[in-house]
Formats: sequence, C-alpha cells, structure tokens
Amino acid sequence: MRGEVAAVPRGWVVAFYGSTIGKKIVMAATGVILVGFVTGHALGNLLVFSGPAALNRYGELLKSSVVILWIVRVTLLAAVVLHAHSALSLTRLAQQARPSRYAKHATQASTFSSRTLRVGGVVLLAFIIFHLLHLTTGTVHPAFSPTDVYGNVLVAFSIPAVTVFYLVAMLALGLHLHHGIWSAFQTLGLNHPHLERFRRALATVMAVGVSLGFSLIVLAIAFQLVG
Amino acid sequence: MKLRLKIWRQQGPHAAGEFVSYETADVSPDMSFLEMLDVLNETLQLRGDVPIAFDHDCREGICGSCAMMIDGVPHGPQKSTTVCQLHMRHYRDGATIVIEPWRAKAFPVIRDLVVDRGALDRIIQAGGYISVATGNAPEANGIPIGKDMVDRAMDAAQCIGCGACVAACPNASAMLFTAAKATHLGLLPQGQPERSHRAVNMVRQMDLETFGGCTNFGECSEACPKDIGLEVIARLNADFLQATLKEREGA
Repeated sequence: MRGEVAAVPRGWVVAFYGSTIGKKIVMAATGVILVGFVTGHALGNLLVFSGPAALNRYGELLKSSVVILWIVRVTLLAAVVLHAHSALSLTRLAQQARPSRYAKHATQASTFSSRTLRVGGVVLLAFIIFHLLHLTTGTVHPAFSPTDVYGNVLVAFSIPAVTVFYLVAMLALGLHLHHGIWSAFQTLGLNHPHLERFRRALATVMAVGVSLGFSLIVLAIAFQLVG
Repeated sequence: MKLRLKIWRQQGPHAAGEFVSYETADVSPDMSFLEMLDVLNETLQLRGDVPIAFDHDCREGICGSCAMMIDGVPHGPQKSTTVCQLHMRHYRDGATIVIEPWRAKAFPVIRDLVVDRGALDRIIQAGGYISVATGNAPEANGIPIGKDMVDRAMDAAQCIGCGACVAACPNASAMLFTAAKATHLGLLPQGQPERSHRAVNMVRQMDLETFGGCTNFGECSEACPKDIGLEVIARLNADFLQATLKEREGA
C-alpha cells in the first residue's frame, strides 16, 4: 500500500507477472516470438510472385505435419494472448497512474511509433481475428478453397475495402515493430553501447521490410500485376 | 519584461484546483524563474492575497526540491536544468507561461505547485542502500574500482530525485528514478551483495506506489535535469530478470 514498505509475497510466477517489469519482460519475450513468425510469414508469402504452383506447394508444406502445425498455432495463440493481456494490464495501470491530466503537455523525445503503439495494437488484434477468419478458416471469404492458397488471395484482394483494411493493418504493423523491436532490446536488458546503433537500425529495417513486403503483395494483387 | 502567468492554485490535497492568471510587470531578464515567482508572491502578499506555494531549497540545481511543469515540460524549456537554474532571459517580453504541478497519482498535490514526493523516498527505503557494518570509515582506496565503472556509477548517482521523469512520462512511471538509484549502487563492488534483493524490492515498492509501467517512450531522460540515460532502465530490467531466474529470492 502507499506509504508502507512491502512485505514479500509468495509464488514467484505471480510475483513476477504481477510486477510492471515482469509484464514488460513477458511482452518482450512474446514479441520476439511474434516478430519471428511475422518475418517468416512475410518471406513465405513473397512466393506469390513465383506463381500458383509455388505458393500452393508452400501452403501444403506448412500443413504437412498436423502435430507441428498445432504446436506452432498454440504457441502463437499463447504469445498473442500474453502479449495483449500484459499490454492491456499495463495500459490500465498507466491510466490510473495519472488521474488528472496536464493542461499543457509537450512531448519532447518520444517517437510517433511509440505514441501509436497501443492504438496500433488494437488495430492489429482486430486484424488478426479478421485475417484468421478470412484466409485461414475462410469464414468471411467469398470463395474459399482449403487447398488453393493462390486463388484465395487473388479473390481476397479484388475487394477494395478488404485491400484497404489490410494496408492500414500493415502500416500499424510497421509502426508497432519500429518501437516494439527497439523496446524489446531495452526490456530484455540488451543495451550495451555497441548495440545501440544496431538495435535502432534493426527495428527500422524490420519494420519497413515486413510492412512493405506484405503491402507489396496486397497491392500487386489489387492492381492485377499478379495473377 | 511583462509576463502573463497561468498558475495552478489548489488550497489543499482534497480541494479542487484551478488555473489563475497573473500579470507581472518589472521582471528582470537576470532573474531566475523562482526569483520571478518570489517577486510575484511579494506583490500578492502586499495585495493581501495568499502567495503561491512552491518547493525550493538550494537554488543551485543540486537538491531536487524545485519541481514544476512549465509550458508542458518539467523544469521548463532549457535542457539539463532545474527550475531554479532557468533564467527569465530565455523568455520574450509579453510571453504567456503555464505553470502546473507534477501530475501523478503517486504524487498527490499538497498545495498549489507542491506535491508529496514521499513515494520516491519509500522506493529508496525498500532497497536503495548498501548495508555496512558501522565503525571506522573504511580506507577510501581499499577496494580497487575501474575508472569507467566509477564514471558510470557517478552518472547514475547524479539523480537528485526531483521527479521530473515521473512528471514527463506518459505512463507516470518512476522507472528512470528507480533504475538510476539501483544502478549507481549496482555498478560498484559494494553494491553487489544486495543487487538482486535491491532490484526486486525497489521494483515492488515502485509498483505499490501506483506509478505506471515503463514503455520506453524516452520522455523521462529528455526531461531529466541531470541527463540520466535510458541505459539505467535496461540495467534494472536485466537485474530484475536475473533475480527471478538465478537467485533464490526471486521476484
């Protein structure tokens, strides 16, 4: 409580995740998993430029082992849930920590990407749900085929509203990665001066690369440069 | 110089506050910001009004007492400077200046611009110390310490506990303060035995005091009058993780 020096609580998992730093470390660690996934996903999707056979073969390969597929899916789901829960919890704490706002508050050092991280995260969560219903289960897809990945994406981005939503989400993803990757280094304590330039550069390159890679695929299909 | 000041007035911890505008004439560019407020307070007293309460002590930038948000920036527009070392020559004649207290749940307003920063003291109490046996002072050079370590520890030890980091942080987080205090001890041999305990206990107290969490915005370091860098935050994060993974006491 305020004004008292705390007694030691029991249970290290509860104590760890109960602290703001513990939540941040969980967010950083799950973020690393998700960055790894999204990078692989972007690289794999570029096969759309090699034609239907290549992309569909890649799709088959990913689903070739049901066990591995579900291990990956469960890991990613757990990562997203923990990432979102820690974010939500820290956002609430932050809002409670400043009940009365400043009449005038100038930001001096924070980047645009850091200030849009939370709202971008909400956009991404909405996008992930839509994207799974759209191109994994096909629930909201007009003509979904479980085997024809190539055909599915061609149909998907012939609808302008869907294309725009995907592009907005990829912009949010780029901004999210730009602050998130740098921030993960900081949270995991990797801050040697030798790393400073590298981690800023890595965050920028990854953010631009992944966001642009996905967007190019969507745009190429929308403008019928592919297919 | 003539100035228009919009200052937060609040009679007590539970009173509703409001901004009150004051016009000041005869402000000399040579005055410090606090001297300008002193002159305003004298005029208020002569008029029979209640002077504006603000914290101040050394007035040479080392005690960490003076603390106010000036035009949305802790300690005002000059970088690496406390309010007492900010001078009116940085303002143009006729300027409007908005002055309000640090705003955080952990820093309740006592009166006007004065807030209770006891939360920072309690974080120190929780672990911002080293335990030494009392007796004669030990020989100063008894333990060899590398110059680079001394310099880095001194950089962190420059923290004056003014609370500008909390004030500037969009999350009202006290990470820069806590991390600076943990780091200046953790970099030195004397600080090693209690390093894990220190990280865990200080962080726990920081959370209990209702500060927000750190999201690496970097506003704190920019606002810090002593230029404490973000590297201390990464270091405290690492100490906390290490305490959980390696040490028996855990988080």
